[in-house]
Amino acid sequence: MSAARPPSVLSATRAVLYKELTLERRAPQTLTAMALFCASAFVIFHFALGRNEVEGALAAGVLWVTLALAALLGIGRSFVADREEGGLDGFLLAPAPRTALLVAKATTLLIFLLIIGFFASVIFSVLLLGPTPNASQWASLALLIVLADLGIALVGTLIAGIAIQTRARDLITSILALPLLIPLLIAVTKASEPLLTVGGGTLAWRWLALLGLYDLIFGLLAYALFDYLVED
Amino acid sequence: MPTTKSLYGRRLPGYAIATAIVLTASIGLAFFYAPIEADQGFSQKIFYIHVPLAIVTLGGFIFGGIFGIQYLRSGDTRHDLRSYTAIHQGLIFCIGALITGSIWGKAAWGQWWVWDEPTLVSFLIVFLLYCTYQPLRFSIEDPERQARYAAVFAVVAGAFVPINFIAVRLASPLIHPRVLSSSGDSLPGDMRIAFYSALVGVTLLFITICKYEMSSKHSRAQLAALRRSLGGDGDEPAAARSAAPRIALK
Repeated sequence: MSAARPPSVLSATRAVLYKELTLERRAPQTLTAMALFCASAFVIFHFALGRNEVEGALAAGVLWVTLALAALLGIGRSFVADREEGGLDGFLLAPAPRTALLVAKATTLLIFLLIIGFFASVIFSVLLLGPTPNASQWASLALLIVLADLGIALVGTLIAGIAIQTRARDLITSILALPLLIPLLIAVTKASEPLLTVGGGTLAWRWLALLGLYDLIFGLLAYALFDYLVED
Repeated sequence: MPTTKSLYGRRLPGYAIATAIVLTASIGLAFFYAPIEADQGFSQKIFYIHVPLAIVTLGGFIFGGIFGIQYLRSGDTRHDLRSYTAIHQGLIFCIGALITGSIWGKAAWGQWWVWDEPTLVSFLIVFLLYCTYQPLRFSIEDPERQARYAAVFAVVAGAFVPINFIAVRLASPLIHPRVLSSSGDSLPGDMRIAFYSALVGVTLLFITICKYEMSSKHSRAQLAALRRSLGGDGDEPAAARSAAPRIALK
């Protein structure tokens, strides 16, 4: 019998990702909670702002504040099942590369965030958004959602990895994530603003560049530092 | 047996004396040597404390990150103590920079807080992020894990600072006075002397306070070790949960 070779990053990632998506498919907790949160938040914004329709900077603010807070729910749940059911210990016992856990968790979070991002945009345009974006504006908004969600997924996985080992898990997740996400939220709200304005506008490239830079820096940081978070 | 010689307190008196001399001299220079600024008048004098505080704060956070990397590479708890102290004191200096900035804003623009002032807003965001350093440390009990996670935080937050400054600056119009432009000609000679002496003074103050905190923590650890060796094991109550690094005595 030949000695079993340790799995590659790719195969280990695929296995963990499959497990994550299967868990969510069998008992959809996180996605439903995030979706309900977004819908309720839009209703609250309607009453709190006293408006039937929003546009421009206000619309960008309402949409992205809601998405950022919904992302906190997803980040907070990211490692909970593994911690409580011993999945994390099981992974650490396996001869799989640690990077696979980071990639799989970040991809899972990214998939959740993308689903919620597109769901919330549609709900938002029905419930609150005044102007009707055209096809190219929807495409630009989709690009923004992808870039922003990538950043949130990377930072979120890093934070979830830190917070899961602390006593005050939920508190640490929120107080760490919000300040870290501020540059991303500045870029994405400023970039969304012309897309949600009457008459419309186009995407400013400098905000896309900033989002790309943010994703790159935190992607590299997460890759370099994640091993230290799952050492024991 | 713990050593009785404190490694951290050795150069403390020298630093303290140098700090007192340079800070006093720089205050003298700022008030009696540097001219009154034509545009803003006397209120511009706060710049000699506000800007050095801000620069030293950022320096402290950057060194916190560098010591964090060194801790992750070596596992040496002294680097953890240095990282902790740099960030702890950096946070205190950051509060100083925010308050003096706010006072300057009131004098220059008539408002305590100005949102279209990117440097001040960036400082507020950085302050909010570093405020989570102590709660994070406090919520992890195991000292080794606490040090490791705090180092990861220090590195991430250190990388966050420049990207945050870029984002806030892009998002707001520029009205902050550029005291040190790349050409270097924005500050007259006598103001520059007063400013640089204040910068050296505040930097020395930061180093002195950091050394003081480290030597205090070290002495306390030595005292506890001596007590333990006198009273035998088990007499001391278990150490309370703390955000501060646990010091391993050789």
